[in-house]
Amino acid sequence: MIEIKNLSFRYGKHQTVFEQLNMEMKAGYIYGLLGENGVGKTTLLRLLAGLRIPAEGSIRILGQEPRLRTASLLSEIYYLPEVIDPAALSLNEYVKLYAPFYPHFNHEQLAHYVSEFGLNPTKKISQSSHGQQKKAMMSFALACNTKLLLLDEPTNGMDIPSKGIFRRLIAQAASDDKCFVISTHQVRDLENLIDPIVILEHNQVLLNNSIEDISRKLWFGIRPQKSDKDLYRENAIGGYAVVGFNESGEETRVNIEMLFNAAIQNKDLFKRMFINGEDLEPKRSFADEMAQRIKGDAGLDEKPRTNDNQPDE
Amino acid sequence: MEFRQDKPIYEQIAEYVCEKVLNGEHKPEDKIPSVREFGMQLAVNPNTVMRAYEHLERNGIIYSKRGIGFLISPDSRQRAMDLMREEFLQAVPAFLNRMKLLGLRFEELQQAFDKQPGGLDPAKP
Repeated sequence: MIEIKNLSFRYGKHQTVFEQLNMEMKAGYIYGLLGENGVGKTTLLRLLAGLRIPAEGSIRILGQEPRLRTASLLSEIYYLPEVIDPAALSLNEYVKLYAPFYPHFNHEQLAHYVSEFGLNPTKKISQSSHGQQKKAMMSFALACNTKLLLLDEPTNGMDIPSKGIFRRLIAQAASDDKCFVISTHQVRDLENLIDPIVILEHNQVLLNNSIEDISRKLWFGIRPQKSDKDLYRENAIGGYAVVGFNESGEETRVNIEMLFNAAIQNKDLFKRMFINGEDLEPKRSFADEMAQRIKGDAGLDEKPRTNDNQPDE
Repeated sequence: MEFRQDKPIYEQIAEYVCEKVLNGEHKPEDKIPSVREFGMQLAVNPNTVMRAYEHLERNGIIYSKRGIGFLISPDSRQRAMDLMREEFLQAVPAFLNRMKLLGLRFEELQQAFDKQPGGLDPAKP
């Protein structure tokens, strides 16, 4: 669906956002785009939507370049920004005006979303609350049935019940021929929904893998003792909540917040393990094991940076 | 749906279906919700539900019928029992460690068990 090759992008001359970025995204998946503030999540979504032009390299979506803004491609992409500029129109009027740009627009689906969110489609969007505006535009976005749907922080401003409805609607709308890319800081709002996970870091991608891949390579859980092999740990009842290597092969539930913290504290290691596909699991030979025992220290040379000082949550 | 932290979501969804088989809510030849429908109900990625169904199919608890979807297997009850017993027993070492830590003896466990309404009789569907 999406192929990004050697993409570079800068704001002005000096503010580099991406340098030689490579990434692929496939149809049939709901990508969760994570990254610290300012790493370029919104910029990436805007590049994909054709609202920004790459300085170098290329982006191809369904074989076409979004920078060329062809009608045939734009009718298959919907980008919902984090902050919407609300139309001084009712949702019904908005649909009348904008739905014709989207050949797969489905009015029955729209009615379903409107009723699920409890919206009044005759009320001016600009006169609704921030959350209502977001839900109105989300309903429109989903009803467009584009092959690519880009959502920037979709749950911001939504109340608690709306977040639950949003999750159910996304799970329902997902299909084999569509690709959803959702950028978020609210990983708990989207837990169990986003898979694969993409972690963006200055100029690079640290991870672009399925939950299954991640849980085959990494272990998440509580351990009574610290270990030098821990990639990340926090204090927890029962010892330490740890992200480590999955040495047993048994899969555990991926905790996305912990995964994120582990990734930004072990950037090179994550890139090597997930992007380059190197097998970094510390399998020590018998000789190494004996040598270590004699020396009396265990584990890797590289000590993980940890958050031991953090108070219990 | 609330999930626990201790195992992957797909396994918890599979366990949820197994529980329904064991308490008789799902009977042999019953149709279970489609992947998309169940994904929506649980607010979970449909690919995760698919993985749960594949896991259940591999363990003989459900089977797929072309054009219909997924159905509960004739011997699902025994198969679900086997799968869940195996998983339950895997948790025993951690349970025993906790008992040890708290200085609990088997007799105290027995007393707690005896207070359970219905005692030790296995659940009947």
